[in-house]
Amino acid sequence: MAVGYPQPKKQILRLNLNGRWREDAVADNQLLIEYLRNIARLTGTKTGCDGGECGACTVLVDGQPMSSCITLAVRCEGRSVETIEGLTEQGRLHRLQQAFHEKLGAQCGFCTPGMIMSAEALLRHNPHPSDDAIRDALSGNLCRCTGYVKIIESVRAAAEAVP
Amino acid sequence: MNANGGSTLTLERRRVPLIDGIDKVTGRARYTADLDHAGALIGRIFRSPVSHGEILKLDISKARALDGVFAVVTGDDCPHTYGVLPVTMNEYPMARGRVRYRGEPVAAVAAIDAATAQRALGLIDCEIRELPAYYTSADARAPGAVLLHDNKPGNLEREVHHIFGDLAAGFAQADLVREETINCAEVNHAQIEPHAALAEFDPASGRLTMQSVSQVGYYLHLMLARCLELDESRISIIKPFVVGGFGARVEVLNFEIVTALLAKAVGGKVLMELTREENFLTHRARPQTDVRLKLGIKRDGRLTACECEAIQRGGAYAGYGIVTILYAGALLQGLYDIPAIKYDGYRVYANLPPCGAMRGHGSVDTRHTFECLLDRMARELGLDPFAVRRVNLLQAPTRTMNDLMINSYGLAECLDKVERASRWKERRGKLGPGKGLGMACSHYVSGAAKPIHWTGEPHAVVHLKLDFDGSITALTGAADIGQGSSTMVAISVAETLGVSLDRIRVVAGDSALTPKDNGAYSSRITFMVGNAAIDAARNLKAMLIEAAARKLEARSEDIECAGETFRVGSGAQSSLTFDEVAKAALVDVGAHTVKGTFTCPPEAQGGKHKGGAVGSTMGFSYAAQVVEVTVAEDTGIVKVDKVWTALDCGRAINPLAVEGQIEGSVWMGMGQAMSEETRYLDGLPAHASLLEYRVPTISESPPFEVLIVESNDLFGPFGAKEASEGALAGFPPALVNAIANAIGVDLDELPVTPDRLMEALVERRRAQRRGAMRKAAS
Repeated sequence: MAVGYPQPKKQILRLNLNGRWREDAVADNQLLIEYLRNIARLTGTKTGCDGGECGACTVLVDGQPMSSCITLAVRCEGRSVETIEGLTEQGRLHRLQQAFHEKLGAQCGFCTPGMIMSAEALLRHNPHPSDDAIRDALSGNLCRCTGYVKIIESVRAAAEAVP
Repeated sequence: MNANGGSTLTLERRRVPLIDGIDKVTGRARYTADLDHAGALIGRIFRSPVSHGEILKLDISKARALDGVFAVVTGDDCPHTYGVLPVTMNEYPMARGRVRYRGEPVAAVAAIDAATAQRALGLIDCEIRELPAYYTSADARAPGAVLLHDNKPGNLEREVHHIFGDLAAGFAQADLVREETINCAEVNHAQIEPHAALAEFDPASGRLTMQSVSQVGYYLHLMLARCLELDESRISIIKPFVVGGFGARVEVLNFEIVTALLAKAVGGKVLMELTREENFLTHRARPQTDVRLKLGIKRDGRLTACECEAIQRGGAYAGYGIVTILYAGALLQGLYDIPAIKYDGYRVYANLPPCGAMRGHGSVDTRHTFECLLDRMARELGLDPFAVRRVNLLQAPTRTMNDLMINSYGLAECLDKVERASRWKERRGKLGPGKGLGMACSHYVSGAAKPIHWTGEPHAVVHLKLDFDGSITALTGAADIGQGSSTMVAISVAETLGVSLDRIRVVAGDSALTPKDNGAYSSRITFMVGNAAIDAARNLKAMLIEAAARKLEARSEDIECAGETFRVGSGAQSSLTFDEVAKAALVDVGAHTVKGTFTCPPEAQGGKHKGGAVGSTMGFSYAAQVVEVTVAEDTGIVKVDKVWTALDCGRAINPLAVEGQIEGSVWMGMGQAMSEETRYLDGLPAHASLLEYRVPTISESPPFEVLIVESNDLFGPFGAKEASEGALAGFPPALVNAIANAIGVDLDELPVTPDRLMEALVERRRAQRRGAMRKAAS
């Protein structure tokens, strides 16, 4: 950090990250994605654009999909934040991860964490979505590899799998 | 020629998920920006604020003096040009004396953090005397225009003039001759991972380690050595997980060299991450192209002659330009039987970010024009679009007039399959108002048969390491960028050896470990690296069989190898497991690395005419597709209801991956056809975000039905050819032809946005009114 310049104020942020409470000092202007990637060192959440364009940074905040690149970290005080890393339990793939892997819902894999988190939010409130509902829920997540065909198949397969 | 016609898949055909897929779905996969950059300084680039000008003053002293700034570099720090083609390197990593597009790098800063780096950029004092700037091919070519490059009169990077066959006779034989001019907008790869690089220079050892988003680490290696004046042996290029690509990172990009220059200047580690806006400035994608095409056909639809002119607005530097303008002409051939072809290509400099290679390199816009015009002429003659293609099919094996080899040709079957699947005959013209069906064909190379850097080496090399634990590690320089090339290597090795797939590990893209590879471009990896992997596996298998023979005290020709069991003859009284054989093979010699290679023979490397190497390949993929649309005439909105695509990929080594590649490429063609374009306002990109650059979302993306055709290529690995690019170019014309079928309007511009469609509808109403008035007056 360069000296001699006013630094943004920091505060202690307490949040539940992937099921564990933690506290960190974060700057008032720190974005949630910066917190996740640089402080919590969870790099599964990706930056694909200059703010709110592509959905690669999607995480769940209190179960709702949010673009972590346009969310301030301090807004998550006392809340629960879930990232792609939190879906795997003791190394066992979550049903969406399993389906995206087996059905080739991920090619280059960069949009995949955000895509899976959006799909997880969908399945939690709509366990058996129609294709149109899948399209609606994922319309904020851009993928450049798949043409989305196998992404829809993956979400469908995950919905059919026993959770 | 090392034909692989004899090798067949022995294992059960499976749909194999990517071997690195679990890393991707769990978020464990580390892309360049995810690497450990503890202690790294942050790099930022100062860019030209004007489109064209002379740098009169560049004062970096205040920036350098800022607390937290460790280095500032400018064009003075690198007097070497770089570029993808050895003959056209006319670009500096940072401008020297002159800037030629808005956003061109002029200087760069390495600082303790991004905020400090950004602040330092604001302290750079740069004075530029503006020169006239040109944003269209016509303006840049106008008489008296200031030259962007003094040695390029008329602002032309390259003119191509090719004539094959007797053109005059061809047009004379035609029953119908028509000409059309079609304009295709510049499009962008818009790969979702922004450009990034992590460079580390160790002054003590003089070594540079570079991790970057490159699709071709080898080119990066060469250019870093050149620009940093380092011995090639002191450079390591390591490929992290890298995102498709689509051609965006084939050429070395200025920011990669700038990052390395900063690392060398600070004697340490520098991370550079470009913003999405900077990605659009550093794009190297498909150029804006005007295509004028004239075709002659007989009454039955047979083509007699083709005359094509393509003008590409290439941007400010050469980049891949020569290859792109050559591809646009070369791939007029190889799809249909055309007795006479004339091609005139012009690659033009303009004051815009340089274009380069993008999926379907060079071929897409001319193929679009061709398939649209052919459809319109078929309609005029009352011929079915399928029929007009069928009378022009080639007979394989053959060579085209421009000396391209065609060894397998599944286009007829592709046509049959999509015609049947779409129920074309029953449904076309009967779908109701505003609905239509259109079709088109396309093709692409399975790797350029002549590499850009002619070194005399094989075109692909794969190493296989067998060690005490019975594991087999495949070492390849081929860059897996999500297309699944590492999985393809693993399958090829496992199939050839007859071992379980999970016995194979693949290490890809680390120059210190893996043999050099020419990289991920022109869909070369399956064909070339696949063949090299098979060759390596055969060599390993021979070694294993000899070891089994020694152990079983038999002759090696009597050893039978089934799955992971080796046994003598049919008696099967004695057999060995793979582990036992592997251990036997290491006695006296230890861990083994065997090698396989693949080389395209000279007869595959294209014609002797100037530029004849471009388009040459060992195998073309072929595709046909049908697009169904609904057009809303009151809004101009086109909805794609369904797409049927058949692609001849020779043999689907992994049908799951082949489908994924076909779906992705057709969809990318859809983006180009319907919504994607980059426009510039006085050289400033007006589409430099993923909101303004309209990549189709999942909501706008239709169901795709993919049909795989297997023509079993004589030279392909297990008979395979490429599957990633061939179908792209068919989508835009199939869409435009479907719109014509739906509402009777022929569109001459891409993309077909609602405003363009409304304009065409208004123009049609005006023309109808004029016609009615004339009729009333007479």
